[in-house]
This record gives sequence, structure tokens and C-alpha cells, in this order.
Amino acid sequence: MKELKILGVVAAFTLLLYWGVEPFAHGQMHKHVEGHGFVYDGTADIEGATSAEKKEAKKAFWGEVNEIAKLEGNAAAGEAGFAMCMGCHMDGAAAMGGVVPPSLDHAGALYDKKYLIALIKDPAMAMNTDHKFADTMMHPMGPVMTMFMDNQSIADVVAYLKEKKAAEPTTKEAFTEACGRCHAMRYAKMTQLGDTPEFKYEKDALAHQIKVLEAQDGVKGYMGKLPPDLSIIIRARSAHFLETFVENPQTQLAGTSMPRVGLNKEGYEKVEAYLTEIGDPSKPKREELGPYVLLFFVVFSFLAFLWKKYQWRDLH
Amino acid sequence: MAKFDENARPFSEKWLDERLGVVTLKKVLSTEYWIPKDINFLWAMGMVLAATFGLLLISGIFLLMYYKPDSALAFDSVNYTIMTEVGYGWLWRHIHGVGASVVFLIIYIHMFTGIYYGSYKKGREMIWISGMLLFVVFSAEAFSGYMLPWGQMSYWAGMVITNLFSGGSLEAYGLVEWIRGDYVPGDAFLTRFFMLHVLLLPLVIIGLIVLHFGTLRLPHVNNQKGEEIDFEEAAELYKAGKKKESKVIPFNPVFLSKDVFVMGVYFILFFYLVFYHFDFAMDPVNFDPADGLKTPPHIYPEWYFLWSYEILRPFPKDPGLIAFAIAQVIFFLLPFLDRSPNVAPASKRGLFNVWFWLMLADVLVLTVMGKLPPEGVWNQIGLVSALLFFALWVALPFITKAEKKL
Repeated sequence: MKELKILGVVAAFTLLLYWGVEPFAHGQMHKHVEGHGFVYDGTADIEGATSAEKKEAKKAFWGEVNEIAKLEGNAAAGEAGFAMCMGCHMDGAAAMGGVVPPSLDHAGALYDKKYLIALIKDPAMAMNTDHKFADTMMHPMGPVMTMFMDNQSIADVVAYLKEKKAAEPTTKEAFTEACGRCHAMRYAKMTQLGDTPEFKYEKDALAHQIKVLEAQDGVKGYMGKLPPDLSIIIRARSAHFLETFVENPQTQLAGTSMPRVGLNKEGYEKVEAYLTEIGDPSKPKREELGPYVLLFFVVFSFLAFLWKKYQWRDLH
Repeated sequence: MAKFDENARPFSEKWLDERLGVVTLKKVLSTEYWIPKDINFLWAMGMVLAATFGLLLISGIFLLMYYKPDSALAFDSVNYTIMTEVGYGWLWRHIHGVGASVVFLIIYIHMFTGIYYGSYKKGREMIWISGMLLFVVFSAEAFSGYMLPWGQMSYWAGMVITNLFSGGSLEAYGLVEWIRGDYVPGDAFLTRFFMLHVLLLPLVIIGLIVLHFGTLRLPHVNNQKGEEIDFEEAAELYKAGKKKESKVIPFNPVFLSKDVFVMGVYFILFFYLVFYHFDFAMDPVNFDPADGLKTPPHIYPEWYFLWSYEILRPFPKDPGLIAFAIAQVIFFLLPFLDRSPNVAPASKRGLFNVWFWLMLADVLVLTVMGKLPPEGVWNQIGLVSALLFFALWVALPFITKAEKKL
């Protein structure tokens, strides 16, 4: 039928146009970064090293991390080591080098085992932000390198985290622990200091605001600029970008001071779920309402077709 | 003084007719507004456009209730208040965003349908010109609306487009500042574009839509073969019940029944996009708040402006601006540059057929190139396509002049 042929031509040009300005153009604009499934073994770091010297250092570092991962960790022995962590990672902790050390309540559930080993071994190397430090000891968490001198003690404390600090976090806890010390979330009334309380008096609200500003100045000092608010980052970046960026920020934004936080797959899914809850709250409503609206127009078109048939019945 | 029937019931048809002439009005505008029978679904694009405009208007009114035209509040009023706190605010916003993009797809289909069937000639020039005016004002409406969420793309597109008014080497920065109300896009810029978007331009659009409908009434709608129909004779045949022999149908209900069916199918696609595939119309970059200190790595207009953007880009500054300015108005001249007496589908018009498909393909290529980063081979393809665009317009009077009369 002639009309279908015309429709075919219109549809073909429209699809070609769509393909050209969307998938094709965006494929050309953004370099493709391969994800690695939230597994941390240093491959990407070694590949991305900026000099031969760095490459060797990273090879050696991750080689050792892989060795420690093979050791049998003793959680009971790790508990004593963990007490040292609590010196900084406690409730109401003070900022270290600008950033408040995160709660480790769900560290075993959120973070990858090898990453945790790497982090205790050398935080700057694990976070892939060693380019920011002439000596990785200068990292705010650098002192940990003097606390766990032998590999077995690292394996023990990681075993402790994986066993005793592995309760399943809520999506909000996952976000707060992994991202919330640097990134605010104003659509959820969260700042770098956590949830914003309700204040009865404006004076108290303003005093809190000043505290927030001071905390932000600290983060700014450490990071170079204030990390962006993540309220609707879920709509501002593609799912693939966010995933690969969180896995290894350097691959998407070379030289960034954003540390890798070492989330495992489940941990990232929690964080992503929270970003979606806050940044794209209509998603479940869209999915619920969509089929009904489409069904309505399918029925509408069918009835309209019958009406058209009826009106045109004796025209030809 | 006209006669009024004292016994007519108030608001009955007779009563209304004596006061408003509704019977005549109904005939003129609907039941005896004759449309050729030999048409395809492309003839429904006008009604599809009217319906889409209606959706934009209604969704716009709902959005307007919560939007805050203030550079400090605009972003969150859209992305938080409307998307999170207002019941179904997200639905109105998605309808508005997708509608703004899809309306241009339909406009382009509508335009190229007109070009293909020669529906701008022999008494139909004003239809074409009023339609082109609508296109231009719709473009301004789309651009001003794009400023309102005050995201990164709003800000930087506003910066780039208003910069064009410096006129290249004329360096008319005073004019640019006057348009912006500031040295850079800021609060004054946002509020004036808000005014344009929600008041002045919609008023102009509504006026132009009325004019566009009006221009159709005397020359009548074209048909698939470009056949000249004696509408009065054909209408008599139809009214006498000889519907098979008559070449026309009344707008209401016969033509309308087909329009409504096409609209239904269109709305299936439209709402599929609204619910499941809206990113193409709501650029993720614009979900980052405007930041005058952070230029996005790629600044590109929405897809419907890309072809003319690409005509600007491959040339040096001044010739580029001139080419861009010509590209904006050249389609207005189509009825006068086409010198052929034939009103017929392009497939019957020899070289013009080649011209049509080349033009369509060229605009498509320009559109894609307009989005790609200006690097390497894309530059050359862009330049060649831009040159071809002008070559086609220069060739048009010659090839149509040489066209044989059908």
C-alpha cells in the first residue's frame, strides 16, 4: 500500500537522523571506557600509569596486594588492629586533612576485599591519587602505613572487616559512607556533615550553616574545588559513565583529585539506587503509568480507525 | 438592523446564528470546508502539529505554576520542586520537553511534504510564507524555553547564540549586552527570555497559526497529484450524494476522522518517548546547574538547529555568519526561486526530484555533522555539505526554469 511505503520512507529518514545525532554523535564525542566489574587488581592503574617509573611502582604495589589477598586472615586477630582504625574512624570524628574519616560500620559489605587491602597498604596508591602526593605518606590516611607493618596484620584486619562489619547497609547508609563526606545532596537535605537537622531557632540553623561552610572549605582545600552536589547526577551522567567513573575516576577524568572509593558491585548498586531515589524519584511512577497511557492510545487509535473506515466507507 | 426572532430560545442554534452567524461559521470552517480526497497521512501533519502545540501549551501552563524565573531558584524549581514535590510534575515536564523536540520533527516532515508536492506554488505562496514564519517563531520559542531550566547547556547555548549578534568583525558587543541585559547571561537575561517564552512568543505563534489556517481557505489544500480541482463543482457533486465521483471531502467529519486516527498513532509514539525514551530531548548536560566558570567540553544546540549551526561552523567568522543568516531565510524564498509552472509531486518533475532528495540528504548530513566535534574528516564533510546547500539554492531557479510543462 502506498501510504505504508511513504511511512517507511519517513520512518527511515527519522531513524537515520536519530541514529546520527544520538548514538553515533555521542559515541564520537565521548571516549569509551571499559568497565571492569568492580574488581580491583590494579590492571587499569598499571595501564593508565603516566610514566615508566610509576608503572613499575604500581606493578610492584598491586603484585603485593594480590599476594596479601591470598593470605588467610584471622578476624579475631584483626579486631585488635581494627581498634587502631577507630582512633580516626569514630562517631563525630574530626576532619583529617580536610575530610572527615568515614564510618566503617558497613565497610566489609560495601568495599572490595583487595581494595581494602590496598587501602591499608598505601591509601594514595589504592585510591589511584598518588599523582597528588610527592610522598604517599602525605595522604591524610598515610599514617596507616605505619600501623600495619606486616602483611599478615593487613590480612587480619580486612578479615575482621569482612566478617564483623558486613551488615547490609541501607541505600542511604551506602551513599553516606562512600560519598557523603565530600559530596552534598541538597535534594535530600544532606551536606558534608550528614543530615541537616530541623532547627527551632534561626540562630541555630545559621550556626549549622557556618559549620557546613567550614567543612566544605576543608574539603575544598583537600580536593582543589568543592566536589559537586550529587542530587541529580543520575540524570546528568549516563549509567555507564557513573559506573566506570566510580570504579576508577582517572579513566574518565585524568588527573582528577577524586579518589577511587573501592565499592564492590553490591555496594555500587546501593549507591546507584540511592542516587536514583533522590535524583530521579519519578522513575517508578513512570514505569507504572506508562503502559496505561500507551494502552489508552492504542485503543484510541483503534476506535479512530473504525471511525475513519466508517466515514470513508463510500468514497471510493 | 438585522431581524431577530423573538420566539427563539436563548442559546438555541437559531438564537446563536442570528447573533453570531454560527451556521455559516460552521459551514465555512468545518462541514463545507472542502479538502481533496486524494491525500495520504502526510496531510494530517498540520493537525498533528496543532495537537502537539496544544500539549505544549497545556503542559506549559502547569509548569508555569511552579517555575521560578530567578537565576538562583530556576534550576531547583524545575529539577526539585516540579520533578519531586509537585504531583505529576515530572509528567508535565517530560511532555513539555519531549513535545518541544518532537514538534520540530513534525515541522520538518510537514515542510518537506510541502516541498515534495509543490504545495507552495500558484496561489499557495502565503501558506508557505506563514508556515515559515511559524517555523522561525517556533525556533525562538524553543530557544527561549531552553534557557529556563538554567542548566549548563541553557547557559552556554545562551552565551553562544547571543554572541552571534556581535556580527563577527562588526564587534557589536553593545548589541549583545543590550540583548542580554548584562555582560554575560545572568538574571536579567533569564527573566527576559522567560517573558518571551511564556507570553510574547506564544501570542505571536497563536496569531500566526490563525493566519496559517486562514491562508489555506482560499487556495485550498494541495493533493497527491497536484491536480487543479474545481472545488465548487466537486463540492456540488459531494452534496448531491455522488461521493464516489466527487474529488473532495468535507473537513468535518471525513477529513478529521483520518486526522484523528493519524494523531492516535502519533500519540502512541509520542508517549512512548515521554515515558521511556526522553534523554534525546532532555540533554543530560542540562542537569548540571549553570556555571559560568566551567565550559562544557561539547556545546551543541538541540538537534533541530544543528543543520543551520553546521552552515555557520565550517566557514571563517564573517562568511560563516553571512551564510548562517542566509540559511535562516532562504526557505522563505522557495515559491519565488522555483520557476516551474508545475504543481506536481517531485517524482514527476525530473531534475527537481534530484534536487529534492539531495536537499533532504544534505540537511540530514549537516544535522549530524553539526553535533560531531569539529575535528578531522567531519570538518571536510561539513564544509562540502554547507557548500552543497548553497549550490542547490543557486541551481534551483535554473533547473526549474528548464523544467518541461506537464
